[in-house]
Amino acid sequence: MPETDRITLQVARYRPEQETEPTWQSYEVPLRKEWTVLDGLNHIKDHLDGTLSYRWSCRMGICGSCGMTVNGEPQLTCSAFLTDSAPGPVRVEPLANFPVVRDLVVELGDFMNKLTEVKPWIIRAEDKPLDEGEFLQTPEEMDAYKQYSMCINCMLCYAACPVYALDPDFVGPAAIALAQRYNLDSRDEGAADRRDVLSSAAGVWACTLVGECTTACPKGVDPAGAIQRYKLTAATRSLKDLLWPWGQR
Amino acid sequence: MSRTPASRRPGPAGGSGPAPYRKPVPTFWWLRRRAYLVFVLRELSGVFIAWFVVFLLLMAGAIAEGSGEYERFQDWSGQWWVVLLNVIALLFVLLHTLTWFGLAPRAMAVRLRGRRVRPGPIVATHYLLWALLTAAVAWLILKG
Repeated sequence: MPETDRITLQVARYRPEQETEPTWQSYEVPLRKEWTVLDGLNHIKDHLDGTLSYRWSCRMGICGSCGMTVNGEPQLTCSAFLTDSAPGPVRVEPLANFPVVRDLVVELGDFMNKLTEVKPWIIRAEDKPLDEGEFLQTPEEMDAYKQYSMCINCMLCYAACPVYALDPDFVGPAAIALAQRYNLDSRDEGAADRRDVLSSAAGVWACTLVGECTTACPKGVDPAGAIQRYKLTAATRSLKDLLWPWGQR
Repeated sequence: MSRTPASRRPGPAGGSGPAPYRKPVPTFWWLRRRAYLVFVLRELSGVFIAWFVVFLLLMAGAIAEGSGEYERFQDWSGQWWVVLLNVIALLFVLLHTLTWFGLAPRAMAVRLRGRRVRPGPIVATHYLLWALLTAAVAWLILKG
């Protein structure tokens, strides 16, 4: 590909001190076969317009920072190649369904609060002294939750979810998948502690299984599957409580 | 950018900084993607499932009232608009069934001999059970 090839990036700009809603701004960047949309944004930032704001870190699909809407689809910009959008233009917007703080930067406080509510850590009824050693786990036991542990909190699933767009109280795909990551961990004993949040109206029952969260997920986590599986767990648990009310939670 | 006026909220963490911009959800958001459209149609199909239940209850009630009432029910259900409604309802019920069967592997983590069963056999089992149940119901009705 000749070095002179270029592609236009149409970037959503939102500078709250000077405009009430986003506007588009176009930039021309080199079209190189190894360049991603993130490389294009970095070129803009370094050489064309230092005022452009966006998040990024690892450039290799691990940190989950650079999720944006590329040509209408929620994507990690570090894995969206410019050549896939050639001849362009490439439209870059902030992630949908989140408040925009500036340009391509969204406010993630809502997710952070929900993540804490589902207690995404190993809960033990009683702590084991360190000198008793580590908690052992077989490969099969690890396999039960490993898929959900791949979540990188990139928020593409929330951006793809129309339920979250219409009902911001929805706990959401990633938080529920991460709750399942611990519920299915053989070392964890905290499923009952997570049950109230997950089984609430804003929990798994708000999900109507659109499935776009799983389609958007860049790590193969399948949040839609996690939610449906927990629906089965919650329904079974409720039935047991109804038939056996004096049983343990 | 053609967007409707922004709805405003307090700044991050309740601070006094500029308010973040919240993009309003367009009325026709469900036309933007095929998956969204299928999802909305599947939700709508619940109305037609309910209609089928009502129709079956009406039919059972008419049968219980005797042959005269059942003939009146047949005359009523043979009207063009009832037939049309039932054809549309059938299409929606098929959509409901097929899309749910397609999604079933997401909800079921079936394990056999320590390995998770792939989606194909789970979907196939659903279709097989559907066919068997349909055959059983058809046999019950047709043998009389």
